[in-house]
Amino acid sequence: MSALQWVFIIASLITVGAAVMMVASHRMMHAALWLAVALLGVAVIFVTLEASFFAVVQLLVYIGAILILIVFAIMLTQRSTEAGSRLNSLAWGAAGVAGVIWTALTYVFIRWVVSGTPMQELGASFDDVVLLGKALVDAEGFAVPFEVASVLLLAALIGAVYIAFERKGEGS
Amino acid sequence: MIPLSWYLILSAALFSIGLFAVLARRHAIAILMGIELMLNAVNVNLLAFWHYWSQVKGAPQVNGMVFAAMIFVLAAAETAVALALIISAYRRHHTVVVDEMSLLKG
Repeated sequence: MSALQWVFIIASLITVGAAVMMVASHRMMHAALWLAVALLGVAVIFVTLEASFFAVVQLLVYIGAILILIVFAIMLTQRSTEAGSRLNSLAWGAAGVAGVIWTALTYVFIRWVVSGTPMQELGASFDDVVLLGKALVDAEGFAVPFEVASVLLLAALIGAVYIAFERKGEGS
Repeated sequence: MIPLSWYLILSAALFSIGLFAVLARRHAIAILMGIELMLNAVNVNLLAFWHYWSQVKGAPQVNGMVFAAMIFVLAAAETAVALALIISAYRRHHTVVVDEMSLLKG
């Protein structure tokens, strides 16, 4: 096996292991840290796909922003988090459903023979970031979805502030 | 060169673990983390197909990258709103365990 395949195998084992630990850990803060490891593993997977831009975005957006938000929320709601069991009564059924889905998909993927389409390695002259940037502001390309996404982000920002804002005479 | 099916199997594994977290955990933030894991699995899938499609065409294709970028934007927006909802619910009911948020249950 080539070095790239070994990198992929190690990164995916770390990712899946960290994801399992995230689901299994009792304390929420440990779960958040295991989620960080899993997201880091996914960033390495993006690097093996030659999508270096998305690996950086994964680090900045997921680990830099989303995970910090999650840690903040865990700390703000700390008092009630340690009580009781961490899994509900559906846990065995949920494990069965997830296991069956994964087994069926893996069976399909292993049996699936990719047809012998010739593939060309893209090499170093591979300027995907320039291509993406041009497509996002091109009116023929993806300018409208790009603007809609920015409006969505603005709406989410304002909505989150409005929902989480503490009003007088309510709550404790 | 890594076979495409390896990426798909990894992505299916991540999706299943996320699905289990969504279905079985009682803590609202743990459920949100499961959703993050599922979105990451989708992104691995999209970028894997983008990579191999670019190699089939012999030049980088832009559609798959835009799709993956949109998933990032959606994940960020979804997390921000969901965490605001969780904090708001915690302030009213002093719990983040979803089984105990049963006001509508009659």
